[in-house]
Order: sequence, then C-alpha cells, then structure tokens
Amino acid sequence: MAEISVTGGRASGRFRRLAERDRSPVAITVDGESVDALEGDTLMVAVLASGRRLRRSEFGDGPRAGFCLMGACQDCWMWCADGSRLRACTTPVRTGLSVLTGPPGDDQWLVVA
Amino acid sequence: MTGPASVIVVGAGPAGIRAAETLVAAGLRPVVIDEGQWSGGQIYRRQPTNFTRRHEALYGADADKARALHDGFDALRARIDYRPDTLAWTLRDDTLHIVTNGVASTLRFDALILATGATDRLAPIDGWTLPGCYSLGGAQIALKAQACSIGERPVFLGTGPLLYLVAYQYLKAGATPAAVLDTSPFAAQLRALPDLAVRPGFLARGLMFRARLAAAGVRVDNAVRPIAIEGSDEVTGVRYAVGGVERHVACDAVGMGFHLRSETQLADLAGCPFLFDETTGQWRPEADGDGRTPRAGVYVAGDGARVLGADAAEVAGRLAALAAIADLGHPVDVAAVDRLRKRIAQLDRFRRGLATAFPWPAGLAASVADRVVVCRCEAITAGDIREAAIDKGAPEMNRAKALSRIGMGRCQGRFCGTAAAEIIANARGVPVAEVGRLRGAAPVKPLSMATATGHKGAAE
Repeated sequence: MAEISVTGGRASGRFRRLAERDRSPVAITVDGESVDALEGDTLMVAVLASGRRLRRSEFGDGPRAGFCLMGACQDCWMWCADGSRLRACTTPVRTGLSVLTGPPGDDQWLVVA
Repeated sequence: MTGPASVIVVGAGPAGIRAAETLVAAGLRPVVIDEGQWSGGQIYRRQPTNFTRRHEALYGADADKARALHDGFDALRARIDYRPDTLAWTLRDDTLHIVTNGVASTLRFDALILATGATDRLAPIDGWTLPGCYSLGGAQIALKAQACSIGERPVFLGTGPLLYLVAYQYLKAGATPAAVLDTSPFAAQLRALPDLAVRPGFLARGLMFRARLAAAGVRVDNAVRPIAIEGSDEVTGVRYAVGGVERHVACDAVGMGFHLRSETQLADLAGCPFLFDETTGQWRPEADGDGRTPRAGVYVAGDGARVLGADAAEVAGRLAALAAIADLGHPVDVAAVDRLRKRIAQLDRFRRGLATAFPWPAGLAASVADRVVVCRCEAITAGDIREAAIDKGAPEMNRAKALSRIGMGRCQGRFCGTAAAEIIANARGVPVAEVGRLRGAAPVKPLSMATATGHKGAAE
C-alpha cells in the first residue's frame, strides 16, 4: 500500500479547530485508520484536524498537506480504493468515506520514506 | 433573434452575483455557473449550512456587504438557472462546456460574462512545499469556511492588504500569529496614501489591524527579504533578513501570498486578446471600461478581469451585465451606466495605490536559488527553468514550458507562472513583458477520465 503516516509521528493535528465544534460526528477512514470528522468538514480539514499530511508528492519531493484551499492548486489530491481521486479541499466528508494518501497498489511510482 | 437571449455568468462572487441580478432586472434568466457549493465566491465565501457563526464574526467590517450579497443572490434563485458545484472547463464559439459532479454537458450562449475571480499571486521561497505552508487566501478560507487555523503559531508572509487582514482575523479568532513579514517597505505604503484615500475606510482599517497586532505583541516587519521556510518534513520556522540583519522566527505554519492574480483561462480560451498591465506586472484580457472584450458576446468582470477588490467587482459585474444587455438590443438606463463608470474609475485609482503600497517582489522571484522548487505540481526547480531559458534558448514562456514542463502541471501555471516569467526574463536579460504568458489550455482544471457525457442544452 502506497501510504504515508498522516500523523508524521506527532500527536496533534496540523489544523486547530477554533469554533463550530458542536457538530454531528462523521466517521471516515484514512489509510484504513478511522478518523473523527464533523459534519460540514472538508476532507482536508477532517484529515488535518488530527493528522499532519494529506499525500506524498508524486515527484519524490516529500509529503504535502495542501496549499490553496480553493480548488486551484490541486496539491491536496487523495485517492479512493478504486483508484479515483478526490480533491480534499473541495470534498465534503460523508459517513463511510474511505481515502488513501497515495494511489492504491502503485508503490513503484512513489519514493517510500 | 428568436426567443429570449441565452446569457451565462461564470462565477458567483461579488461580480457574478451583481451581474446576475442586473440581468434578471432586465427580464433575462441567466445561467450562473459556480464552482463552489454555495454562492459568495472566495472573499464572501459562505460557511457550511450547519455552522452558526454570524456574518459579523466571519466578515468583520464587511458583514453588511456580505449579507447584502448573500441575501441578494438567494432572492434571485427562482429567477436564474443556478449551477453550483459546476466547472466551466472550456468553450468553443458560442458553446460553453461544463461539468457538474462528474457529468459533462454544454450550454449555448448569446452573451457570456466571465466573473472568474482571482487566486493568490505566489513567489517561490525555499521550503514553500513543506506541509504547513499555505497560500494566504487559503489560510483565510480555513478560518472563514471551516473555523480552523492552519496551525498553532502561524507566520504570515508576503505583501498586500490581505496580509494584515488575515493576521488580524487569526489574532481575533484565538490563533495569535508568530509574526507578520511584509516584503514591502512601510515607506511604499505611505507613498500610496493619496491613491488609497479613495477608500478612506480601507486605510483606517489597515492601520487598525497593524495597531491591534502590535498591541498583542505580534512582530510586524516591513521590507523583509524572505530567505527560507525551514523544516525537514514540515514547517518549523521562517528565516528572513530585514535591514541587513538575518532573523529567524519559529512557527508551525506559514500563510504566504503577494496580493492576487486574475483567473483568466476562460477569457484566453474564448480568444480574447491580452495586454500587459505595467502597473501590476500582469497580463489581463483586453476590455473596455464596461468589461466588453473584442470577442463579440464575451465580457469580463471583477478580479478575474483586473484585480480591483470586492467593492469594484460588484460595480464591474453590474457594468458588464449592462453592456451585455445593451449589446443584445435591450434598453439600459444610461444615467446608471454613467454612475457605475465614475465609481469604477475612482476605484481604479485605488488599484494603482495598492500596486504602489504592496509591490510584487519581482526581484525575489527572479533571484530564487536554482535548487528551489517553483512548480509545486511536478517539482520543477528554478534551475530547470533557467536551463530552458539559457542553455536551451527558450525565448518565451510557452517554449520554456515545452522544454522544462513549467506550467504544464495540474495547476496549469496558476502558482508558478508569474514567478517563472520573472526567472526567464531575468535569465535572458529582457523585460518580463517580453517573455509573454502561458497560453490557456483546456480543461482549465483537471477532469476525471470517468467524467460522463450528459445532455446538451441552451441557456434559457
């Protein structure tokens, strides 16, 4: 599985929730691990509220955690098990959403840390 | 012409909303194409419907403007054909190609108003691809649309009015910035005062942001030369020089941006000619004062045409719609057009003021070290671009793209293009206007191979 550690070995998430914490929970999985999201989260926020990365650059220059948050830079792509891609900053979470930090079964394209 | 005219507005920010409203008032039923899930655009971006913060918390002093726009658009909904979650990805002749949630279709138009907005204008800095580094606009969206900060202690780096606004919004929301690092000298901001005074409230607010940040103990440095965003696998600090002294500030996030650049891809694909704007150092679609381009039936409005800010975008949206209405042979209120033209002329002075106060750091982009990644999509370095420009003799952007792949990645040069132009111009010793601009290419954003073919339809 072409995955990276979304937590980068650290305990806290990258993004900090400052308000609007009182929302219904939504269960999603990232690389098979369950992640607690809140209804209304984008996939990017859901992953980075507890994790520290979203993906690994396909060009071997390290992990990435998104950049523009407005659907323009395409640096927050994540993968589904069927190989389709999601742009994490414009994808709202939904119950059962399951994503990967790299393309499934495609390790040869990636530089493994 | 038989039947009502088909008018399409692309974009549902301040310009697109006011254009749609003006068209409806003239008895037309425009199609409004919105990439967003909800109308509002970026600066007046709406939060998800289950969020509860009030407009005042989200938009501060602009709360009334945001509310007026949102309510105005909601009131139009029954009288327009609104297509949220929809990308206009190319156009040919009088047909716009769109895709909504993976389903493609086409729309014919008699008039097309492009209100496509802007993104942050970026210059590469060593380390800017590290996790934790975001665009300034992105940092604001995290807060506004998702109630999150990009980190515990972010540094805001770059220049432009957004730099101070976002830093202040973070302070107010409880994520105190580690520092605000402005590449523009404070003297430039003073020099721009006469032009900026066109919008007195803007000036007063800018000074208030600075004062509040200083009172909270936030370091604000001007005339900064960024050296590197530091960290091995994520952001841990920023190194910079100010007044010849090197400094370091620890942080876990960076929000960076150097004012804005227009989203002009659709105007380009429509065949609109472009001109080089010396004031901002950017290319923009040629248009008359009302937004009418030389390509019949195509109009541009708002920050996607010229970066004038949200207030001007509302005026420009109205003007472009009135131009389209007149060109379609409907009567328009000439006095109203005249008032809008006067207002936009005033606000154009403000644009000059911004360019003086917060100049694009051309030298910073031009002098970036060879090893620094300029293209985030495909990890193409400044050295790769210089090799294309000098060793391989690429005289302009599109040749450099073919030889180095700069601008060929999936963001299509949005975040590397302006810097790459500076690098090439500097390497070849020519003015930046001479190296041209990246030609637009369809699709303007990546489409999935699984995109299904839907129906054809005319805008009603």
